[in-house]
Amino acid sequence: MAAVPISWFLTLSAVLFVTGAAGFLFRRNIITVFMSIELMLNAVNLSFVTFAYQFKKVDGHLLALFVMVVAAAEAAVGLAIILTVFKRRPSLNIDEVNSMKN
Amino acid sequence: MPMQLWLIPILPLAGFLINGLFGRRFSKGIVNAIAIGSVVLSFAWVVKTLLGVDLSHPYSEKYFTWIESGAFRVDFEFTVDKLTAVMLLIVTGVGALIHIYSVGYMAHEGGYYRFFAYLNLFMFFMLTLVLAANYLVLFVGWEGVGLCSYLLIGFYFDKKYCTDAGNKAFIVNRIGDFGFSLGLFYIVTHFGSLDFQTVFAQAAAKPESVLTVIGLLLMVGACGKSAQLPLYVWLPDAMAGPTPVSALIHAATMVTAGVYMTARSWPILTHAPAAMQVIAVIGVATAFFAATIGLAQNDIKKVFAYSTVSQLGYMFIGVGCGAFSAGIYHLMTHAFFKALLFLGSGSVIHALSGEQDMRNMGGLRKKVPWTYMTMMGAAIAIAGIPPFAGFFSKDAILLAAYAQSPWIYWVGTITAGMTAFYVFRAMFLTFFGEYRGQGHPHESSPVMLVPLAILALLSICGGFLFRIPEFLASVFQQPEVPENTVLMVISTLAGVTGIAVAWLMYIAKPGMADAFAGSVKGLYTLVYNKYFMDEIYAATVVNPVVNGSREVLWKGVDVGVIDGAANGVGDSAREIGGVLRLFQSGDIRSYATWVLFGSVIVIVAVSLAGGIR
Repeated sequence: MAAVPISWFLTLSAVLFVTGAAGFLFRRNIITVFMSIELMLNAVNLSFVTFAYQFKKVDGHLLALFVMVVAAAEAAVGLAIILTVFKRRPSLNIDEVNSMKN
Repeated sequence: MPMQLWLIPILPLAGFLINGLFGRRFSKGIVNAIAIGSVVLSFAWVVKTLLGVDLSHPYSEKYFTWIESGAFRVDFEFTVDKLTAVMLLIVTGVGALIHIYSVGYMAHEGGYYRFFAYLNLFMFFMLTLVLAANYLVLFVGWEGVGLCSYLLIGFYFDKKYCTDAGNKAFIVNRIGDFGFSLGLFYIVTHFGSLDFQTVFAQAAAKPESVLTVIGLLLMVGACGKSAQLPLYVWLPDAMAGPTPVSALIHAATMVTAGVYMTARSWPILTHAPAAMQVIAVIGVATAFFAATIGLAQNDIKKVFAYSTVSQLGYMFIGVGCGAFSAGIYHLMTHAFFKALLFLGSGSVIHALSGEQDMRNMGGLRKKVPWTYMTMMGAAIAIAGIPPFAGFFSKDAILLAAYAQSPWIYWVGTITAGMTAFYVFRAMFLTFFGEYRGQGHPHESSPVMLVPLAILALLSICGGFLFRIPEFLASVFQQPEVPENTVLMVISTLAGVTGIAVAWLMYIAKPGMADAFAGSVKGLYTLVYNKYFMDEIYAATVVNPVVNGSREVLWKGVDVGVIDGAANGVGDSAREIGGVLRLFQSGDIRSYATWVLFGSVIVIVAVSLAGGIR
């Protein structure tokens, strides 16, 4: 079976990461921004796993697992924050969540 | 068996602590009992100690090592020898009498317990000074008595001139103490010790230049404490304090600390003839100069204040001419008669409810007879009439001065005449003629008169009862001074002449004094205004320092440099922060942009550098 070339995985990872970054920068809805972050994390995970496969080392897998744990925790906290924010104000526009300013 | 020397100063300290901390709640009786009791007990312990100690060589008690650094070491150590014995008896004896007197004098004053607490604290420091076995412990007492002097001059702290006088005393003394501490440093560098025995044992072997510098620096300290030219200006102002303070601190004990210290340092001074010469000249100049000012003062305490300065000058002549024991002799007799003069004038002031101007006195001889009689004893003593106390000690000094350099003798003799004149002028103005005041004078209470009487006895008999020069002969190595009856007669005649002139001018022909003052108007104005010394000091020293501090140090250095630096740091931090603040927009996506931007830069930089290897 012809192996899928390593560069494909990495390219996919890069595309996902850039998509995530762009979403983070350009979207205004908090939920979308949050999903973009998750996307970037998973892009990084993909790179880790790819390299672990390439170099036959377990480190990458381990780190990917760690990232997933952190991402889960972050999702829990982040969604809780979003819920609280939404309770206090009518919109989820990220530019309006600026009460720390001034 | 140890003699427990520490008890001598500790007793007054305990009195100070008890009265100072709790005296506000005590009745006057308890305050009196504690204050006087502690000093009397201290006096008793001095007597017991002196009876139990062989005084022919110094007896020391070491309590603990105070400072130890390499080879240098200072112990907290007390010592008693004959010189200390004389000083201890004067300080505790006269001190106890003045404490008793103060009960009457301060009876109607506020801050009663505070006064006695300060007085006890003074006794503690003075006894520490006298008992010290090295220069550093002496310096502790030296500074402590300065503090108490400041506190007691400014005792009436709601009056501006009192606090000013206190400040003046403290600041002028700082100048002297600066010289003194330099002297101590110099002793440490050259002797490696501050212990009297160690230093004095090595003194003869040291080069004369070193000893001269040390002698002169110690003299600067003594000039400040003992009110010699040019640092005497604080003492006349110090009369702002209560009169018992003037008697105890500014006549009998503290101001003589400088004389004691220089006499104590005799092994250094005898090998530094140049320094001795300077001391003698300063002494004779001060004696003469202060006596002339005393001639024209109208405030009774001012007369005695300048008289004190002048008499301290005599003691300096004694020390400077190598007659250390004569200096201490005069110190003792002066403690008797000058304390008496001050206490007597205090009794007069008390009788007149605070009047100090002699122009408003007169004729008090019949109204306050006991005060008059006792003060007369002191006046004759200070005038140097035999066989009163002052005659012996003044004579011992003048004879030594003649042996050293005759001109000092002659100036000293003229000063003796002036001394007799101004003291008797004060006596005549106060006690003779018609009463010129308004109030109703009343004799003081026995609690004030008994100390006066005891001091009067001492002023009369102290000279021939306590032959200090013979007693101290084994302490000092000083040249024999030949007896000289002619000189003795001349100096006595000077005193008699002074009294006669005073009698002539103020009793026989009362208008004569004013006529004489009018005929030498310029000179009189000069002397009456104390040679404008305060004004000269104000113009040359005080104002430049004050203005320099205000214009340069405050407005220039403090506001400009120090505040400028502090504000500059703050301002520049704020400016930099102002720029950085622009990044902290609170806009989450701009943060993200910066993060991205930064990451791109890092990645590009790492790639350009060839990646991580």
